[in-house]
Amino acid sequence: MPIYVEALQISFAVIIRINVVKLYWQFWYCASEWGMFMSNICENYDVVVVGAGHAGCEAALACARLGLSTICFTVSCESIAMMPCNPNIGGSSKGHIVREVDALGGEMGKNIDATFIQSKMLNQSKGPAVHSLRAQADKAAYSQKMRMVMENTDNLLVRQAEVSEIIVDNKVIKGVKTVSGAVYAAKAVILCTGVYLKARCIYGDVSYETGPNGLLPANHLTKSLVDNGIEVRRFKTGTPARVDKRSIDFSKMTEQFGDERIVPFSFTTDPDSIQKEQVSCWLTYTNEDTHKIIMDNIDRSPLFSGTIHGTGPRYCPSIEDKVVRFADKDRHQVFIEPEGLYTNEMYLGGMSSSMPEDVQYAMYKTVPGLEHVKIVRNAYAIEYDCISAIQLKLSLEFKNIKGLFAAGQINGSSGYEEAAGQGIIAGINAAMYIKNKSPLILDRSESYIGVLIDDLVTKETLEPYRMMTSRAEYRLLLRQDNADLRLTKYGYQVGLINEERMNHVREKECLIQEEIERVKNVNIGTKDSVQELITSYGSSELTTGITLAELIKRPELSYQCLESIDTQRPQLSEEVAEQVNIHLKYEGYIDRQLRQVERFKKLENKIIPDSIDYNKINGLRKEAMQKLDKFRPHSIGQASRISGVSPADISVLLVYIAARR
Amino acid sequence: MEQTIAAISTSIVSSGAINIVRLSGNDAIEIADKVFVSKKGIKLSEVNSHTVHYGNIINKGNLVDEVLVIVMKAPNTYTKEDVVEIDCHGGILVTKKVLETILDAGAVLAEPGEFTKRAFLNGRMDLSQAEAVIDVIHSKNEYALKSSIRLLSGKLSEKIKNIRTILLNHISYIEAALDDPEHMSLDNYADKVNKDVDNCVDIVENLWKSADNGSIVHNGIRTVILGKTNTGKSSLLNALAKEEKAIVTDIEGTTRDTLEEQINLGGITLCLVDTAGIRDTDDYVESIGVKKAKENAENADLIIFVVDSSRELDENDEQIISLIKDKKVIVLLNKNDLDSVVTEKDLQKIKEYNKEFIAISISAKNETGLDTLENAIKEMFFLGNISFDDEIYIYNTRQKNLLKEAYESLKLVKSGIADGMSEDFLTIDLMNAYEKLGVIIGEAVEDDVANQIFSKFCMGK
Repeated sequence: MPIYVEALQISFAVIIRINVVKLYWQFWYCASEWGMFMSNICENYDVVVVGAGHAGCEAALACARLGLSTICFTVSCESIAMMPCNPNIGGSSKGHIVREVDALGGEMGKNIDATFIQSKMLNQSKGPAVHSLRAQADKAAYSQKMRMVMENTDNLLVRQAEVSEIIVDNKVIKGVKTVSGAVYAAKAVILCTGVYLKARCIYGDVSYETGPNGLLPANHLTKSLVDNGIEVRRFKTGTPARVDKRSIDFSKMTEQFGDERIVPFSFTTDPDSIQKEQVSCWLTYTNEDTHKIIMDNIDRSPLFSGTIHGTGPRYCPSIEDKVVRFADKDRHQVFIEPEGLYTNEMYLGGMSSSMPEDVQYAMYKTVPGLEHVKIVRNAYAIEYDCISAIQLKLSLEFKNIKGLFAAGQINGSSGYEEAAGQGIIAGINAAMYIKNKSPLILDRSESYIGVLIDDLVTKETLEPYRMMTSRAEYRLLLRQDNADLRLTKYGYQVGLINEERMNHVREKECLIQEEIERVKNVNIGTKDSVQELITSYGSSELTTGITLAELIKRPELSYQCLESIDTQRPQLSEEVAEQVNIHLKYEGYIDRQLRQVERFKKLENKIIPDSIDYNKINGLRKEAMQKLDKFRPHSIGQASRISGVSPADISVLLVYIAARR
Repeated sequence: MEQTIAAISTSIVSSGAINIVRLSGNDAIEIADKVFVSKKGIKLSEVNSHTVHYGNIINKGNLVDEVLVIVMKAPNTYTKEDVVEIDCHGGILVTKKVLETILDAGAVLAEPGEFTKRAFLNGRMDLSQAEAVIDVIHSKNEYALKSSIRLLSGKLSEKIKNIRTILLNHISYIEAALDDPEHMSLDNYADKVNKDVDNCVDIVENLWKSADNGSIVHNGIRTVILGKTNTGKSSLLNALAKEEKAIVTDIEGTTRDTLEEQINLGGITLCLVDTAGIRDTDDYVESIGVKKAKENAENADLIIFVVDSSRELDENDEQIISLIKDKKVIVLLNKNDLDSVVTEKDLQKIKEYNKEFIAISISAKNETGLDTLENAIKEMFFLGNISFDDEIYIYNTRQKNLLKEAYESLKLVKSGIADGMSEDFLTIDLMNAYEKLGVIIGEAVEDDVANQIFSKFCMGK
C-alpha cells in the first residue's frame, strides 16, 4: 500500500475518533440540560469569548488568527469595541500599551489609526520614557471599523446573546450556556465582561439596572462564577455628561490642536498615509462657584451618601472626589472633546460625576463657556461585579479552573487600553493552552502589559487599576518608541506576526546598532562649520575634537540636528534615527536601568519550590505567612511584590530556601 | 521538624579554662538528659527555664567531664528554640569528647553560623543585626566591639532610614507629578531635590569615608616601620610588643624580610610591618630593599620612620624620606638617651616631602616616649577622640561598597540636575541610591545578601 494512503487512513481514523469524542460531549451537555431548558442548540468551538469590548475583541481576534474556531458573545452587535467613556485612545502610559498590543499583532493601534480625528504626542518636554501618544477617536467609526474586522476574520463568529453560565467539569472548563439555554462547548473560555456583570447606573437618587449607554446588563453570570468558587467584588467607575456642541461658547476656552506631524500608533501604518485635517479639543476650568455648588450638595452625592458601595478609581476621580480631595485647589481642568465627526455630542473630560441631574446642570453652568450648556446625556456612576485577579496566573488563566481565562475590567482594571492589553494576552494564552504550548508571560522589565498583569494578579488592587508610568520600574527601557523592538519577537513566536514584519524589525535593529557604532567613531573637529552649527542651537563652542556620540549627549543637541556636520551619514528612516538618538543621548541612564533589570531578574529567576510550607517558617511575620500561603508566588521576585510581604520576610525566605537545598 | 544542632561555641584555638557546648532545637533538653547525670538526681526536662545545674556527662557508663548545665526554654533564647549550654571544665580535648557524646545522643553538628541563622529564621533578629553578630565575633579590640554593638542596636539603620525617607519622598512626588501634571507641579522641583540630595551626599559620604576608620578600628592600623639598619627598629618593636602579649604571625608568602605583628597599643590595634631596612652594602640588595620598603609604604595606614638621632642623616635616610609622600608619618628620633646630632634643619628636609609629619623623640632602649607615640597615633587616626560614642564606623566591605554605590548614585542625581535632565531621569538614580541603602539595613533585598552574610560565620555561632 502506498504510504500516503496509509497516512490518509490513519488520519481518517483520528478524525473519526475526535468527532466521536466531540459528539459525546455535545450529547452529554445537551442531554443534561434538556430537562431544564428544552433547548436543542448545542455547538462546538475551540474558544468562547464572553464580551466584545476592547479586551474581548483582541482576545477573539488573537484566537481566530491563531487558527482556532472562536465564537465571541456580545449583548449587542452595535456595541462591539464601544467607547462608553472618554473619546480617545492612548495617553500617558496607555499609549505605550496600545503600541505593545500592536507589536504583539493586535488590532487596537490599526483601528485608531483608521478612525482618529486628532492626534498628539504628550509630555514632549520630558524624557522619551514618558512621551505618550493620544488620539481622539470618532467613537462610532472606531466601533464600526472594529466590527468590520471582527466580522471578516476567518474562524471568528460574533454572536449576540447573553452568556449566563460557565460549564466546569472537575476543575476544567467545558463551555458556556446562554440565557436561552443554548450550550456552547469549548476547550477554552475567556471572560471579558467589562462593566456588564450586574451593572447598575447611578446619578443622584436615580439608580437602575443597566449597562453603559442603556445597554442590557448581564445579571446571571456572576452567580455561576460564584457557584464555581470564584471570588467576586464590586467596583465603581463613572463618566461625565455629554453636551450639545451648539450650546457651548468656545470663545471662552483655549483651543487644543493636534500635532503638526501625526505619528501613527501601529508600526504597520505608514505615517504619510494618515496626515489629515484634525478636529480641535478645548480647555476650560472649574472655579470656586463650581466647587461651592458641589460642596453645598455633597450630601446628595451617592458617593458620599453611601448609595454607591463599589470602590472607585483614585486616579480617575469624579469632580466631587477632586473637590473634596484637593480642597486647596481653586480650579480643575475641563477638556471639551468631540465624540465624533457626525455628532454634536461633546465629552466634558475631567467632570465625571454621579450628582443629581439638577446639580449637574448647575455645576456645569458655572464653567466658562458652558453657561448655556444643554446636556444630551447625564453624567453617571456605574457599579459592576468583577473578580479578584489574584485568582489568576500570570497567563490570565484561573488558578483553579483549567482553560478558563479572564481579561479586562472583570479583572479590576480600568481603561480601554488596559483591557486590550490583557485581551490579547488572554487570547494568545488560551490558544497556547489548547495547543499545549507554554503560555506567553511578559515580565515587568520588558513591557507595560507585563507590569499591568503582574500588578493585577500579585497585588490585591482594591480599586479599579489604571496604568501609570510610575507603575513601571524600568520605564526608560519600556518606551512607546521601541515597543516593536521589545515585543514583535513574541508576536512572531506565537504566530500573530508574519515573517515579513519580523524581518523588518530585525533589519531595523541591525541598522540601529550599526549606526550607533559608526557615530561613536566619528570624530568632530573644531571647524568653523561645526562651531557655527552647535552655537546656533545654544551649545558652547568646542575647544578640542570630540566624537559625534559625545556631542549628541549635550542636552541642547541631537543626532538629527547634527546631520550637516556628519558627512558620512547613511540614509536612515525617521524611526531608526530616533532610536540612535535616544540610545546615544541617554546611554548612561539606559545602562544603569539595564543593571537594575539584571538585579530584578536575579530575584525573578529564584523559583520557590511548590512544596514549600510557609507555616513552618517562623521568621516570617504572621501577615506575610498568610499572604504567601494564599498567593503561592512563583518566584522570590513575585513574592517580594505581594503587599504585606516585607523585605525582611523575603530575606528570611531566601535563607530558608537556600538552607533547604 | 528542625533537627537539634550542637557545636562547641567557644573558640577552640584560644581555648580557655571553660569551653561551652551549645545545643539548640526541639530535642535539646531531651538529648542533654540522655547524657547528663545531675548531682541532685533531677531530670533537666523537669527543671525551670533559665536555671543552672551541676553534674556529670556520662558516655556509655564512663565519666567524660564534670559540668554545669544551663537550661533555657523557648522562646526566650538566642535561637528562639530550646537551648542547653554545657560548661565543660576539662580542656579542649574533653570538650570535644562531650560534643561527640551529645552527637551520639541524637544531635547533629551545627553548620557555621547555624545558631544565628536559626535566630534569624525564627524572627529573633533582622539581617543587619545578624551581620553585626559576625562583626562582634570578629572584633579584634574593644573599640571595634563597641562599634559592632552600636550597629547591633540599630544606630546605622536609623541614619540610613532617615536618608531613605528623604529620597523616597522625592521619588514619589516626581512619580506622582508625572502621572498627574494637572495637580502636581514639577516647576523648580529639581532645585529642591538638589538641596536635599546635597545633605544626603554629605551623610553618605561621611559614613562611607568612615569605612576607612572603621576598617582601622576593626582590623588595626597597618603600620610600616622604616629606617636604615641599626636605628633601633627591633628594640622599638620589642618595646611596643611588651605592652601586651603580642600575637606574632609570620605571614606566609612574604619574604623573611618582612615580619608582621599585631599589637594592641592602648586599645588600638597596630599591624606592625617591620621591613628589614635599607642597606647600603650592595647595589642589588639595596634595590630589593627599597622595592620592598616602597611596596609596604604604599599600603600603609601609618609609617613610623625611625631615625637614629645620634647619627647624621645620610643618603639612605633621604631615600626613605622620598617614600613617605602623602602618608601619615611619625618620625621617631630614637636614641634620645645619646647625644642628638639631627637638627631642625634636617627635619625641614623631611617637610619638603611630607608637610604633616610629627616628630617624636624617644628611647626605645629605655622605653621612654612610648606614651607620647601612643597619643600621637590616637590623635592622628581618631582626632584624639577615642570614645566613639556618637560615631558609627562601617568596616564591613559589603556595607562599604553599598555606601559607595549609593554615594555615586546620589552624585549622578546631582549631575543629572546640572545637565538639566528632566525629572523622570532623576528618579532612576534616586531609586538606585534608595535601593542600595535599603540593602544595607535589610529593607531592600538582593538575591545573595543573606547567604553572603551567613557564610562568614564560624562554627558554633
